[in-house]
Amino acid sequence: MTLEDLYREVIMDHYRRPRNRGTLGEANVVMEGVNPLCGDEIKLWLNIDDAGVITGASFDGHGCSISQSSASIMTEAVIGKPLADAHTVIADFRGMMLEGEAPDELLLGDGVALEGVRKFPVRIKCAVLSWNTLKLGLDEHAAGGGQRVELQHSET
Amino acid sequence: MTVPNSTADGLDATAIRADFPVLAEQVHERPLVYLDNAATSQKPRAVIDALQTYYETYNANIHRGLHALSERATAEYEDARARVARFINAEHPHEVIFTRGTTEAINLVARGWGDEYVGEGDEILLTEMEHHSNLVPWQMLAQRSGASLRYIPMDDEGRIDLQAYARMFGPRSRLVAVTHMSNVLGTITPAAELIQIAHQHDVPVLLDAAQSIPHIPVDVQALDADFVAFSGHKMLGPTGIGVLYGREARLDAMEPLFGGGSMIRVVELHQSSWTTLPEKLEGGTPNIAGAIGLGAAVDYLQTVGMPEVMAHEHELTEYALNLLSDLDGVRLFGPKDARDRGGVISFYVGDVHPHDVGTLLDAEGIAVRAGHHCAQPLMRKLGVAATARASLYLYNTAAEVDCLADGIARAKAFFE
Repeated sequence: MTLEDLYREVIMDHYRRPRNRGTLGEANVVMEGVNPLCGDEIKLWLNIDDAGVITGASFDGHGCSISQSSASIMTEAVIGKPLADAHTVIADFRGMMLEGEAPDELLLGDGVALEGVRKFPVRIKCAVLSWNTLKLGLDEHAAGGGQRVELQHSET
Repeated sequence: MTVPNSTADGLDATAIRADFPVLAEQVHERPLVYLDNAATSQKPRAVIDALQTYYETYNANIHRGLHALSERATAEYEDARARVARFINAEHPHEVIFTRGTTEAINLVARGWGDEYVGEGDEILLTEMEHHSNLVPWQMLAQRSGASLRYIPMDDEGRIDLQAYARMFGPRSRLVAVTHMSNVLGTITPAAELIQIAHQHDVPVLLDAAQSIPHIPVDVQALDADFVAFSGHKMLGPTGIGVLYGREARLDAMEPLFGGGSMIRVVELHQSSWTTLPEKLEGGTPNIAGAIGLGAAVDYLQTVGMPEVMAHEHELTEYALNLLSDLDGVRLFGPKDARDRGGVISFYVGDVHPHDVGTLLDAEGIAVRAGHHCAQPLMRKLGVAATARASLYLYNTAAEVDCLADGIARAKAFFE
């Protein structure tokens, strides 16, 4: 176990220069996820068009470098994806983080850099916070038949 | 500036360290620097041996067997109670109720005392720096009873405004429940004054002493405290054992929380009567080994001497505050003056999240805590989601504080 496994260059880059940070002008899914263990919070905005494609995603919040970079990476991984594909990406990421399955690099993009977090068990929750929040948001969106979703403080 | 391992008061940290087997461990191929004592303390050989001796030579249930092992187990368990009572200067051993820990002790009061004496419109006084264990039980009592919680004014360093506090009392004031030492800020509250003022209004006081009793001499009679809650595992004892101290009359007036074995006098088909203290409040087979281990922990602390423990930690805290406040970009929480506080030091390093600081320090073998420390309202008041926290104990040394300071400087550089 070395610190380089955790703080890969790609991760530090997303941490220092987060992509898609801040509110999204037009959003029909707004989710807040909290990690009650450490107090980290993430807010997620998604815009899903009538064809079921994620046309926009952004995040804000406060947390450690792992949670913030993971959220940044996630937005990049799902923007422009149809919902079904987004679910596949989420499943691939969660499989990698929680089950130790080999990730699909084409699918996850920079997300594969987070694989090393598995060696730091207490930090896994940091990495999956935004992804769990996204999954919850998509599930709520589907359950509501595509209605606007706004949820606060969901425990992931 | 250096602090020798052996302080002026005669505490020899080097000799003490030899009594704690875990302190010889390596973590990530580095010597362990254990600075998470506010979460739980390490255990001396004497405590570990006491547990082992109980299980290996006289393991038996207490208060019921007529055989030799049970008699010995009962005697050792009650002896542990007596030692804990002496340690805090309780008037009677039966004023010491063994619980699982501070949380259970406070819930015991919230249920067993609160449900009897707190009703709709009544008020419970707390501070915003309470650990969740001295906050949530009162919120639950307030919801059951219709009572309300009122917060004693304090500044960001946890210093209580005693004049404002004195003005809060009214006919509906029922209880003051306050920490004796903040687990985040390290602030030591003026317990004697808080209790004296409350008693002028005939209001009892519960002191959450989880962070104070392990580190400073506490005399419950001198303080005139009504209830005092603390945990064994933060004072060199095992986990799963703690204490509710209550003045005899207060405990007598309480209803038991746990009905079952040991706590009854006569059981009939439709009703029962309770036995006397302390068994009335200790239903079921207690943590016998834990109590015996706590007795050994108390012996150890008394052999070293609580004034010596306090002096050593005070010196080390002062050293750490000086060293850390000199570090660029490090924000320290709690009183600046070591006289107002114990060795619990919360800090924030530049813009680096405390979890990242914690992971970087861990890589160097340094154990600290990072998070909200079960004090979310206080975190909100301080305007942070989390802090990193180093907390000291009798076996820590100035060299370890140096390691911490170096580690913090390296963590900051890593994220810049």
